[in-house]
Amino acid sequence: MTDTDASAQDVPAAGPAGPADPPTVPAIGLDGVAKEFHSRGETVTAVRGIDLAIRTGEFFSMLGPSGCGKTTTMRMIAGFEEPTRGTVRLDGRDVTAAPPNKRDVNMVFQSYALFPHMSVFENVAFGLRRKSVPRDQITRQVGEMLEIVDLTGREQRRPRELSGGQQQRVALARALVNHPKALLLDEPLGALDLKLRQAMQVELKRIQREVGITFVYVTHDQNEALTMSDRIAVMNDGVIEQLGPPRDIYEHPATRFVAGFIGTSNLLAGSLARVTGGQGVIEVSPDERIIVRAGRSELTVGQEVELTVRPEKIELAAGPGPAGGCALRGTVTEVVYLGTSTSFSVHTTTGADVVVFQQNSASADTPVGRGDEVWLTWDPQHSYPIG
Amino acid sequence: MEQPVLADHPGGVTARRPRPRLGKALAPYLLSLPAGLWLLVLFLVPLVVMLSLSLQSCNTATGACVMTWHWGEFGQQLSLYHAQFITSFYFAGAATILDLIVSFPIAYWIAFHGGSKKNFFLLMLLVPFFVSFVIRTVVWEFILSDQGIILGTLKNAHLLPQNFHVLATGYAVVAGLAYNYLPFTALPLYVAIERIDKRVLDAAYDLYATRRQAFLRVILPLSVPGLFAAFLLTFVPALGDYLNQQILGGTSNTMIGTVIQNAFLVNLDYAGGSALSAVLLAIALVGIFAYARLLGSRTIEDYI
Repeated sequence: MTDTDASAQDVPAAGPAGPADPPTVPAIGLDGVAKEFHSRGETVTAVRGIDLAIRTGEFFSMLGPSGCGKTTTMRMIAGFEEPTRGTVRLDGRDVTAAPPNKRDVNMVFQSYALFPHMSVFENVAFGLRRKSVPRDQITRQVGEMLEIVDLTGREQRRPRELSGGQQQRVALARALVNHPKALLLDEPLGALDLKLRQAMQVELKRIQREVGITFVYVTHDQNEALTMSDRIAVMNDGVIEQLGPPRDIYEHPATRFVAGFIGTSNLLAGSLARVTGGQGVIEVSPDERIIVRAGRSELTVGQEVELTVRPEKIELAAGPGPAGGCALRGTVTEVVYLGTSTSFSVHTTTGADVVVFQQNSASADTPVGRGDEVWLTWDPQHSYPIG
Repeated sequence: MEQPVLADHPGGVTARRPRPRLGKALAPYLLSLPAGLWLLVLFLVPLVVMLSLSLQSCNTATGACVMTWHWGEFGQQLSLYHAQFITSFYFAGAATILDLIVSFPIAYWIAFHGGSKKNFFLLMLLVPFFVSFVIRTVVWEFILSDQGIILGTLKNAHLLPQNFHVLATGYAVVAGLAYNYLPFTALPLYVAIERIDKRVLDAAYDLYATRRQAFLRVILPLSVPGLFAAFLLTFVPALGDYLNQQILGGTSNTMIGTVIQNAFLVNLDYAGGSALSAVLLAIALVGIFAYARLLGSRTIEDYI
């Protein structure tokens, strides 16, 4: 796990076991949590040992491709799966072996799993009734919650009489009305069409601010994670590849996987010809160079480095630019007009294909077409070594 | 959804579409023809014949019947055989309840835990029913006989008194009915439970329900359509059954099915038999509609 979160020093990565000076107990703490499934004599490892401290009140996303272990991790927090190893803590309390009905977290299921035989009101009241909350309080709390999710007046409808977005909000209200320590959302917007999904993203953020409950959000949609989260854990193959705020994850991908999974990324490689003042230079030709800053480890001459550059950080230029900047020469192989921006694929002299996004602003230069010779330039601060 | 209705088929497209041919328009009717004929010839016609027979007077010697609109047959038959009607409802009801209690765990287990072997388990449930109805019931007579493999063994071990018997009692009839109609209960229940989204169970546990509450508040209400279908498919045929009573019930505990069978085949009292059949049909229909009003109609439409 690589924690690139600059403001994370106050939270020990290993959970509540850390020193006691700031007594910030995470809302959810995972300590070396692993899960193996056994079927037909084969052992499948879904989660390979995760340490995680989710802070109270934050919007936390677990992002990764299907099969990366994010849903299993969430089901272990909810109590539907028992970890093979490790500890799950809620507000510092060990709940590893507690069943779901004994945990103060609630879940919004992928396909909502509303009770089809109950009205909207009864669906939302279900948890309160199980906790033996007095009748008049149930009526009041359900009413308030339905107002927050904008479903007042639909109390007596059945789930199947509602649209997808409305069902989604019933599922949300049904979980939130219990004021859980954390709300777990398992790809909750997956079944909605794009427009509704975008509206619900904004809506979810608003509701989270309004109720102030910790949200743990599982998704494979990087845009969703980037727009909504306070922090993101990018997962792959049962481990957390990178943990940090969206900006860090996007701008400083720590591994090749993160760089490839989040947004479009250009992967470049070469050996360092010179190292001066914490900067390494890959000499491609007398005019062409890639400059890399030292990351976590020192740079040495002759070292093979891999680095990523985001397409929107690169500019198409007529010449190699100043000596302190990165510059590569190449031939445009593809031009795709995307509305607000244009995407250029450029085959560079290093052999790598590089994608460049350019805003279609009013001051845009003369158009570049297929087959044109261009220079790619970017500031060295946008070259991120990965490893 | 509050979406503007888009004109999917602008006028021009509709106009250019070829006129539907006559065959196409008739297709639904043609397709329903076999089922319609079946119902007409094998259900509606016999039903009308039966109802009209109950109002005719028959010559027991020649079997010739004349329509006399003699309604007295109904009152007479009812006063003669009301006890057998009550016995039938009692036995069929007991067998149905027994079947529902036995089938529910089976159907639930196959639907929720059968995994990839669901079809195999369903087949196992049906295997005994590849053997003829009569043979199966006769085998039950053999199993339950006073000195048979169960009672005989228990008696030899002095666990039961020598004069203990099951055959020729109501228990034997109910057991036989319950055994013979079990698949009619288990299969519709299975279909209903299988259709339940397994995640609602997770949702119930997540919302603090205990296992018991999850079952009573979620699984059971969602199984109601299946329970209703299972009840109908078991209770109605069991009500008119006469074979179990004749083979396992001895001479007492006569069910109405036996009375009707005797009326037609032994006494050649067609009018009386028809009247009894009509009454049985009417009672069953009234009972089912009342039950559906009470429990079925509203809930069933909710799940579809």
